[in-house]
Amino acid sequence: MSALVPILLAAPLAGLVAVLAAPARAAVRLGLATTLATLAAAVAIAAAFDYGRAGAVQLEVDALWVATIGLSLHLGVDGVSLPLVLLTALLSVLCLVALQQRLPAPGRPKALVALLLALVLGMLGTFVALDLLLFFVFFEVVLIPMYFVIAVWGGDGRRAAAYKFILYTLLGSGLLLVGLLMIYAGGGTLDMVQLARGHGAGMSRGFQIAAFLAVGIGLAVKAPMWPLHTWLPDAHTEAPTVGSVLLAGVLLKMGTYGFVRIALPMLPDGAVAVAPYLGALAVVGILYGALACLGQTDLKRLIAYSSVGHMGFVLLGIATLTPVGVNAALFGNIAHGLITGLLFFLAGAVKDRYGTADIPRLGGGMLAKAPQLGGLLVFAAVASMGLPGLAGFWGEMLALLGAFRPDPSLARTPFLIFMALGGIGTLLTAAYFLTLLRQVAQGAVAQEWRNVRIPALTLSEVAAWTPLVTATVAVGLWPRTLLAITDPAVRALLGGG
Amino acid sequence: MVQSIDYAALAPALAAAIGALLVVLADLAGAGRRALDGLTLLTAGTGLATVFLLAAEGASRRTFCLSGGGCSYVADGFTLLIQGLVLAAAAIVVLLSSPVLTGDRLPTAEYHFLLLCAVTGAVTLGAARDLITLVVALEVVSLPVFALTAFPGRRPGGAAGRVAGEAALKLFLFSVVSTAVTLYGIALLYGVTGELQLDRLAAALARAGPGEPVAAVLTIAGFAFKVAAVPFHFWAPDVYQGAPVPVAAFLSVVSKSAGFAGLILVLAVGLRPYAETWSVLLGVLAATTMTWGNLVALRQRHAVRLLAWSSVAQSGYILAPLAIAHREPSLAVQATLVYLVIYAAMNLGAFGVVTAVSRRYARNELEDYRGLARSAPLAAAALGFFLICLAGLPPGLAGLFAKIAVFRAVVLGGAGWLAVILAINTVIGLYYYLAWAVRMLGVRAGEPRLAVPFPLGVATAVAAVVTVGLSVAPAGVFGLVPLALPLTP
Repeated sequence: MSALVPILLAAPLAGLVAVLAAPARAAVRLGLATTLATLAAAVAIAAAFDYGRAGAVQLEVDALWVATIGLSLHLGVDGVSLPLVLLTALLSVLCLVALQQRLPAPGRPKALVALLLALVLGMLGTFVALDLLLFFVFFEVVLIPMYFVIAVWGGDGRRAAAYKFILYTLLGSGLLLVGLLMIYAGGGTLDMVQLARGHGAGMSRGFQIAAFLAVGIGLAVKAPMWPLHTWLPDAHTEAPTVGSVLLAGVLLKMGTYGFVRIALPMLPDGAVAVAPYLGALAVVGILYGALACLGQTDLKRLIAYSSVGHMGFVLLGIATLTPVGVNAALFGNIAHGLITGLLFFLAGAVKDRYGTADIPRLGGGMLAKAPQLGGLLVFAAVASMGLPGLAGFWGEMLALLGAFRPDPSLARTPFLIFMALGGIGTLLTAAYFLTLLRQVAQGAVAQEWRNVRIPALTLSEVAAWTPLVTATVAVGLWPRTLLAITDPAVRALLGGG
Repeated sequence: MVQSIDYAALAPALAAAIGALLVVLADLAGAGRRALDGLTLLTAGTGLATVFLLAAEGASRRTFCLSGGGCSYVADGFTLLIQGLVLAAAAIVVLLSSPVLTGDRLPTAEYHFLLLCAVTGAVTLGAARDLITLVVALEVVSLPVFALTAFPGRRPGGAAGRVAGEAALKLFLFSVVSTAVTLYGIALLYGVTGELQLDRLAAALARAGPGEPVAAVLTIAGFAFKVAAVPFHFWAPDVYQGAPVPVAAFLSVVSKSAGFAGLILVLAVGLRPYAETWSVLLGVLAATTMTWGNLVALRQRHAVRLLAWSSVAQSGYILAPLAIAHREPSLAVQATLVYLVIYAAMNLGAFGVVTAVSRRYARNELEDYRGLARSAPLAAAALGFFLICLAGLPPGLAGLFAKIAVFRAVVLGGAGWLAVILAINTVIGLYYYLAWAVRMLGVRAGEPRLAVPFPLGVATAVAAVVTVGLSVAPAGVFGLVPLALPLTP
């Protein structure tokens, strides 16, 4: 059954070719069929996955591609990547469902669907690549498509936002390449499985720190970590709904995934040296994101800044270097993907209906005026602020728990401070989401909308959002199912623990 | 002493030279433009065929040898790679030139004669293994190009004659000065060692110990001029813009490849004992070249001028691996050659589309590309692909692999600082390549369809097929290049 992972990548690629060859009116349907096939492949992988050995890489394929530079098509999944593969496949289907309902201006479905499928290919490839250079190639695949998705189908400030996105992330990936090649120079192989098993053998501490900085900055731009986050609010705000969903839901995770998969296991000494700073920046990100949210008046921009805060928790979990913290990070990744994906879908729906996403202009009373939409917005906001019982809670709680007892090689005091500040961050998060709900959902309907008919939810909207709502509840109620998959893999990567 | 000459080894150079003469004779006999184009293509094809035959033979041939060992002309893997590259690129340039020559009523025979003369020089340069042959070959590449640059044709603002003349004069002066400096360096090297042949020169320098690094630096100048490395690059933008567009393509690929071949030969073979010295110099040269080229390219509004600055920047990337040649000589040469081959394919492709657009818009400003996606979708798609390749991002995987090869050599050779500069430069480069690509998506009302002349279409399609091939199966170049390595220890 080892052909499953190549099929997972071949499906979007084949769909991409088919979409380009087919007439424009079939593009969205073809795209939907392709993403459904991709999801089927992802589900088949999940079914074939042996959960008893979730820590080991499974369904592995390895074929040499460019012998001279040692680049091979080495693919496989383990407990760390499997949930992300499923999340990516799911969100890509939902994006296509949303496209079927409404194409963002200026239309051109063929180009848009082709770009989205290229994005899907790059994202899935990043999560299943087990060769450093291959990882890098897939990491780069997403740049150009996302650039065009923002630059062509985005809002008013799309051109500048798209440039900011691609230039920032390209600078990151340039440094990432330097770092990856340093790991190659030190470790003598590009094989990520071997390198992770080696735990930095043969690399001096100084060398590891330098490599960790290069890889870390490269990944931190993508994650994004404060102060490298400035591309994110613009890109999220200007991107069309499907672009924002994939950007927030999956693209950001490529950064944090890289930390877990590459930086921590392969450069342990570098990680120990850099972790306190990483933790500090993560906490700044949490507080900064929350405070920035309090000042936002645009719904999409608010969700974008909330991502900075949420990813701050993920990075804080990583910085603890403990299995608890890293599991929290992976959990937070998935939860954020589900919840923020939903939030962006909802923001898009609000914008479609009201013609604006300006919070003061929307005024109150959405629960009265559009009860389904308002209700879902309340649900998503409450999930995002980390209400116990929903997905958002566990990632943040475990990250703080990890910070309470960081790895013994780290000084404990700074992490206790981080924990306290992170706790304040959760309060601030609750504050701005509750403010948002009071301003938008509750209260009386604003004058402007009193006599406007707001359309009810459509079937495809319900279809696109139900899986996200269900998964948010399920992951929140039974966190162990997810943790049981990630935990063995995290322990294997971190070396026993 | 009677020397036996191995004509088989000389075949590619002979093919080009004989072709040049045949073009003149055919013109005297009254052959038409089509026939002359065909003859020139046939010449390049014959040259390529001999290269393939020699490559199939496997063994390296040498001729013009001294009795005490050391040969002036060697046809080994490196030589054949350079010769193949030069001849293939020349064939593309001929295709690009054809509609320009016809459209602007230029003298075809003279043009092709000069072109093939320059190609003869470039082909010889790849095989040259002594300093005199190298310099003579370098001059054989340069002299015809002065005349080619001065060819009249449609130019911005109708000032064709003046602009072209100025460009040619500029090229001439820069070339003469840098050749003079190189000759001075060669004279010094000869004075110190009494040797001209590269192998023997290396041996003599190694015996002599650290003697004349200054001579080494001076010798590099002439080649640095050819590849337009900063600070020898000042001619490039004016000359590219002033010359007919296909001549600019020739300068940026054929003449540049010849320059790199010479540079590698002189450095990696002849001046091997000074590797510690020149590799530092090359690192600085590479960093300055890519940064300067990219920064100035940001401000360009003219398509060919932008390509000129971008090709200065690309020269910086190609030079970068040589900065670690003292630690990892074969890795360095390999990365340089890989980048050079991929660069040739993607740059020629970009020039193909630019030539096509220049037929409609003589000024050839970037603004003229607005709406190209509507008026010529295939050409726009091709140009977009080549530009993204030059930027080094997927889907332009060929460019990405080239970048990875360079990064890999630089990092493994321990020049981390240069890798960081490379990383920053890729970002700067992306901005202007992407800005150009995006412009093509813009809307321009009332733009009629752009008809791409057949030869231009063929040339661009060939470049596209090669670049896509290199993207999917880069093993091709990466596999070819190790053949070229026997020249390094």
